[in-house]
Amino acid sequence: MTARRDADGGGSRMRVAGLVRKECWQIVRDPSSIAIAFGMPALLLLLFGFGVSLDAENVPVALVVDEPTAQAGRFAGALDGSRYFDLRRPVTMPEAIAMMEDGTVEGIVHLRDDFSARTRRPGGAPVQVILNGTDANRARLLQGYLQGAWQLWVADELRSRGRAFRPPVAIETQVWFNPEVRSRNFLVPGLVAIIMTLIGALLTALVVAREWQRGTMEALLVTPVRVRELLLGKLLPYFALGLGGLGVSVAMAVWVFDVPLRGSLGILLVTSSVFLLAALGMGLLISTLTKDQFVAAQVALLATFLPAFILSGFVFDLASAPWAIRLISRAVAARYYVSILHTVFLAGDVPRVLMANTLALAVLAVIFLGLSRLLSRKRLE
Amino acid sequence: MWQRVTAMIWKEFLSLLKDPKSRMAILAPPLVQVLVFSYAATYDLDQVPYAVFNEDRGRIARDLLARFRGSPTFRFTGIVTHDEAIDPLIDNERVLLVIHVPPDFSRDIDTGGSGRVQVLIDGRNSNTALIAANYVRAIVTDFNAGLGERLGRGGPPAELVTRSWYNPNLESRWFIVPGMVGLVTLVTTVLVTALSVSREREQGTFSHLQVTPVRPLEVILGKTVPAMLIGLVEATAVVLVAVVWFGVPLKGSLLPLYVGLMLFLFSSIGVGLMISSIATTMQQGLLGTFLFIVPAIILSGFSTPVENMPRVLQWITLANPFRHFLVILRGVFLRTGRLGEFTGQFWPMALVGLICMIAAGRLFRHRTSG
Repeated sequence: MTARRDADGGGSRMRVAGLVRKECWQIVRDPSSIAIAFGMPALLLLLFGFGVSLDAENVPVALVVDEPTAQAGRFAGALDGSRYFDLRRPVTMPEAIAMMEDGTVEGIVHLRDDFSARTRRPGGAPVQVILNGTDANRARLLQGYLQGAWQLWVADELRSRGRAFRPPVAIETQVWFNPEVRSRNFLVPGLVAIIMTLIGALLTALVVAREWQRGTMEALLVTPVRVRELLLGKLLPYFALGLGGLGVSVAMAVWVFDVPLRGSLGILLVTSSVFLLAALGMGLLISTLTKDQFVAAQVALLATFLPAFILSGFVFDLASAPWAIRLISRAVAARYYVSILHTVFLAGDVPRVLMANTLALAVLAVIFLGLSRLLSRKRLE
Repeated sequence: MWQRVTAMIWKEFLSLLKDPKSRMAILAPPLVQVLVFSYAATYDLDQVPYAVFNEDRGRIARDLLARFRGSPTFRFTGIVTHDEAIDPLIDNERVLLVIHVPPDFSRDIDTGGSGRVQVLIDGRNSNTALIAANYVRAIVTDFNAGLGERLGRGGPPAELVTRSWYNPNLESRWFIVPGMVGLVTLVTTVLVTALSVSREREQGTFSHLQVTPVRPLEVILGKTVPAMLIGLVEATAVVLVAVVWFGVPLKGSLLPLYVGLMLFLFSSIGVGLMISSIATTMQQGLLGTFLFIVPAIILSGFSTPVENMPRVLQWITLANPFRHFLVILRGVFLRTGRLGEFTGQFWPMALVGLICMIAAGRLFRHRTSG
């Protein structure tokens, strides 16, 4: 019994090795997969790393001063000194409103003619601020920056009158893991997850669907090769290619985009491997299910890229989504990987977060790969 | 010629909708996507989990913390009793922020100074951190105004009175959902057209077509019209969902919306056909599709503003039809955008479409004669 199993194990190993060799030859002969694995991450990360940012800087803002006084001048100075604003100075409100309507400015700050007089009265002067709320997030960031500039001005103004500015409660905000609050630090790791999801799906979805479509899969399956061995033979070479692409992405994140890598490389490698298995498993499953490249392509795009983009926490924080959506997002591998990458890059090796997410990825990988195996076997019957 | 064109159109329709799997891939996902993604895609924070580390026994600290408890934006998760407990709470993502009131808080206020409150925020998602910090600041500023008056301290010499136009409650859903109209139609139309020729090539039916008297222009028309109709139906469905289901206002008129939509469809189908005419295999077609759709979505302004990109990238995105259509969508939905406002968006889409269509026609002819 033992001897038989050994012999069988040896045969299996040989068959898998043969399949891997065949797949490698195929990859080398048609270098498009190598281009997908290495060229695409580099190109897309370069493009998106620079193109995707939530840091609002130099936002065009109109400042309308009805009566130019010293106080108003100092207020303008506080806004002008900030790197967040690109200050425009229309003379009247109608002019400013026209600028807002045609999109030249994204906000208006209006100091009325009684501004100086009312700053000395109790209650203070109201400063009218109008924001273009179309992009709510940007409007909110702009509001925050305006508040910051306003606070500076208040302190300055009171100091010039010989009074210290002492609000009863003063907040000190500390943003951990990303003290400069650079959006790139969290967007670039998220992009790595999206790009790797794409590549995992593309590599397998295409290749396996093609074999089904051309009928070569059936041809392989009538040989003594088992389904498990066949899938393994497909998986291993693409797994290696995927890891290579990942290496390119991580290197670029650190050296091109200056994202700190606070966790250890070993943990990054282990968690990424589990993720790759899930991503490739998803691709295998899609191609086994559809067996048609055309449909496989559509499904790959709809079931991998868009969820990885929107349901992963890459830009949109899932914590704010309704529970039903959070539930759906549990099936999206990229979601766990985004969380892993945010933590490994910015926070370091936090065992609990990393283990929970890696475990979830492992479960997904087992489900995807198991289903592919089951469905491939069924198809033969 | 018209007879041939209508026959082509009919054939394309059939090949798209006859196969139940392909029909599912075209018709079902868009609506599911719109619903799921529209709920997921928000920048607004809700129920932000926080913990409190209060070392002060005074009443003011309690009052301040009660403000946070009463806010729907924040969700109280627990009390921290010592410094060392803060790190794991934030590290393990149990809370997004910890509010720390040091022991000398009340004393500082009583002696006429400012009581310091420390807010420690998980910055892994810097945007969430910034928005949460802004919410905290808003609560404290409001609290200060009341307290300052009670303590007889003068208020600040001026206050900001902020209003938002076009989206008074700053709901990011109003910004994202109109974009879905473009996102969904872009994905469908490009998929449908970009792989159509390579699919026929692999099935061998394209060479059948080549021996018939059908001309490249007719092939293009035959492939454009069905994709355009599918796009129109889909976009209309999404507009309805946006207005009826999500309650996004549709303030402008439908004319600029549909002129924009037609040009957007024209250009995205053009890109799809160009990919189709270049690709000789499905694999190349698919690769081309991904390499167009993914950047077209990520660099469109759909989720992150175009204004934040480096100059060079902003220029490159001028060739992206989705970028222009987004401006029209948001303009028509949230502002009362008029037709004339959008000429700057209309002509780039028309140009992209025209160039791609001509290129596709030439390549078809080239391949046909070759």
